[in-house]
Amino acid sequence: MASPKPKATEERLAEIRRVAAENAATNGGTNHPQIAGQGSYYNLPALKPPVWTWEVPLYFFIGGISGVSSCIAFAAQLFRADPSLIRLALWIGLIGAAVCPMLLIADLGRPSRFLNMLRTFKPKSPMSMGSWILVAFSGCAFLGVLTNELVLRGFSFPIVFAMRWLGEASGALTGLLLASYTGVLIGATAIPVWSQNRKFLPAHFLTSGLGGASGILELAGFLIPATQILGFVTSGLETIFEILFNVRKPAVDAPLHHGRYGILFRTAGLLEGPASLLVRVFWRSAPAGRHTAAVCFLLGALLSRCAWIWAGRTSAKMPETQFALQRSGKTKP
Amino acid sequence: MTKTAFLTDSTICIGCKACEVACKEWNEVPADGMDWSGLSYDNTKSLGASTWRHVLFLEQPQAAGPQIADTQDPFRWIFLSDVCKHCANSGCLEACPTGSIVRTEFGSVFVQPDICNGCGYCVVSCPFGVIDRRPEDGRAFKCTFCYDRQKVGLMPACATACPTQSIQFGPLDELRERAKTRVMELQERGYADARVYDPQETSVGGIHAFFVILGEPENYNLPPAPEVPTVYLKSAWTSAFVSAAVLFTVVCAAFAVR
Repeated sequence: MASPKPKATEERLAEIRRVAAENAATNGGTNHPQIAGQGSYYNLPALKPPVWTWEVPLYFFIGGISGVSSCIAFAAQLFRADPSLIRLALWIGLIGAAVCPMLLIADLGRPSRFLNMLRTFKPKSPMSMGSWILVAFSGCAFLGVLTNELVLRGFSFPIVFAMRWLGEASGALTGLLLASYTGVLIGATAIPVWSQNRKFLPAHFLTSGLGGASGILELAGFLIPATQILGFVTSGLETIFEILFNVRKPAVDAPLHHGRYGILFRTAGLLEGPASLLVRVFWRSAPAGRHTAAVCFLLGALLSRCAWIWAGRTSAKMPETQFALQRSGKTKP
Repeated sequence: MTKTAFLTDSTICIGCKACEVACKEWNEVPADGMDWSGLSYDNTKSLGASTWRHVLFLEQPQAAGPQIADTQDPFRWIFLSDVCKHCANSGCLEACPTGSIVRTEFGSVFVQPDICNGCGYCVVSCPFGVIDRRPEDGRAFKCTFCYDRQKVGLMPACATACPTQSIQFGPLDELRERAKTRVMELQERGYADARVYDPQETSVGGIHAFFVILGEPENYNLPPAPEVPTVYLKSAWTSAFVSAAVLFTVVCAAFAVR
C-alpha cells in the first residue's frame, strides 16, 4: 500500500499563491513567488523610515531663519547698522523661537509629555541637545528683544546696554546652534542618505537659513548692500551645492534624484541656487528683482527641508544599497 | 546582576511561530495586520512596534546540501526568529532625549512606556530597523526582553514557548561559548556556511540577542557591518561649528562693507 500523496506539493503552493494574489496580497512590492537570499530578504526594508510629518521640515525652516536672524542682529549691532534693521532681525528671532516649540510639540506622539524632553541632558543625543538649544535660544532672543525695546524707548542706562549686548551675543551663538544642529540631528542616524551626507547638511542648513533671514529683511524693505551681498553669497553657494549633487550621484543618494522626492529636491535646489542667483544678477537694480530673488530662495529653502527629511523615508527602504555601503566600508566614521 | 542573552539558532528552528504568539500573548502586543504577503510563510515581514518576534522564511534555490525541502522542486528552506538585538552600544538608547530608553540590570535595552513622548528619534537611530512608533498610541515600542519575567526569575515568553529550544536563554558569556561550539559542530557536519551573527568588531560592540545563521547576514536583512550612529556625531558637529564660524565671518564682512 502506497503512502498517501503529500498535501504540501508545488501545485498546492502555487494554488495558495494564486489565491493570495487574487485577494490583493501585499508582498513588499515584489512579484511572488520570490526567491529570497539575493542580497536582501525579499528586498523588504531593513530599517524603519522616519515617522515625522510636515511640522518637522517647517520647524527646520523657521528655526534656521530665526536662529541666523539673531546672528545677523548681533553682527549688525557690532558694525552699527540701521537700528530698525537690528530691531526687525531680533524680532524675527523671537517670533521663530515662539513658533518652533509649538511645531515640535505638535509632532510628538504624546504631545502632553513634551516637558520630558528636559528630563535629561545628553550630549550624545542631538535631539536632547536641540531641545536645550531651543530653550536657551528662546531665553536669549527674549532678552535681546526686551533690552533693545527698552533702549529704543529711552532707557539708555549702562546696565540695559550691557544686557542688550549679552542678549544679542548669546542669541547669535544659540541661534547659530539652532540653525545648524538639525543637520547633525539627521546626519547622526542610521538612515544612509542622511548619514552619508552628515558633513554637508549642517553647512547647507546654515547657508539656507542665512539666505532666508536676509531675504526676509529684503522683503521688509532693507534693500541695503549687506543684504544684497548675503543674497549673492548664499544663492551662489547653493548653486555650487546643486552642481556638486548633480555631478556626484552615488547610489546612496538615489532618493534625492528619483521619484517624487527627487523632483522636490531638484526643484528646491534650482530655486535656492541658480534661479535666485540669476534673478539677483540680472534684476539687481530694481526692488522687485531683489524681492523675487528673496522669495525664490525662501521657497527653495522650505522645499529643501521637506526633500531631505522625506528622502529619508525612501532611503530606509533600500536594503541592498544599505548593505553594499557597509560592505564597502563607507559607513565607518 | 549577570547579563542575560538570547541565542537564536536558525538551524534548529522549525518555523512554527510559537515565539511570535507567546510574545504577543504575554506582552499584550496589539495586532499588526492580517496580510498574506506571498513571501513563503512569512506574513509578518519585519519587526515593528507591534511585532517583537518575527519569523523569517528564506527560500533559496539550492537542490542539494543541508536543510533542503524535499518537494518536487527541491529548495533550501531556512527559518529564523528575529528579535531586538539589545545592542551593547545601542543606537536607540543613545538617541533617546527623554531618558525613556535605559539599560536594565540584565543588560537589556528597555523603553519605559510612561516616559516616552513619541519623538521618533530612536526609530531612525536603530541600525537594525527594530524599534518603531505605534501610530494609535504615539509611543515607541520594542522587545522588552520580558523584563517583568526576568525580574521574577522566569525565562522570556518566546524562549519558554519554543518547542525545539531554537531560542536559548541564559548568561551572555555562556551562550556566546555555546554559539561558537554549535557553529564548529555544524561545520563538521557539512554546513559550510554556518556562522554566528554577533557584530562585536563594529561600534555596536556586540549584541545580547545573537544568532546562528547559514550564509550571509544580508539574506536575513541583518546588516553586515552595523554602526551605532553616535560615531557620526564628531564629523557632523565639526561641520556645524566650522560652518557657523564661516557664516558669522561672512555676515560681519557684509555689514562691515555697509
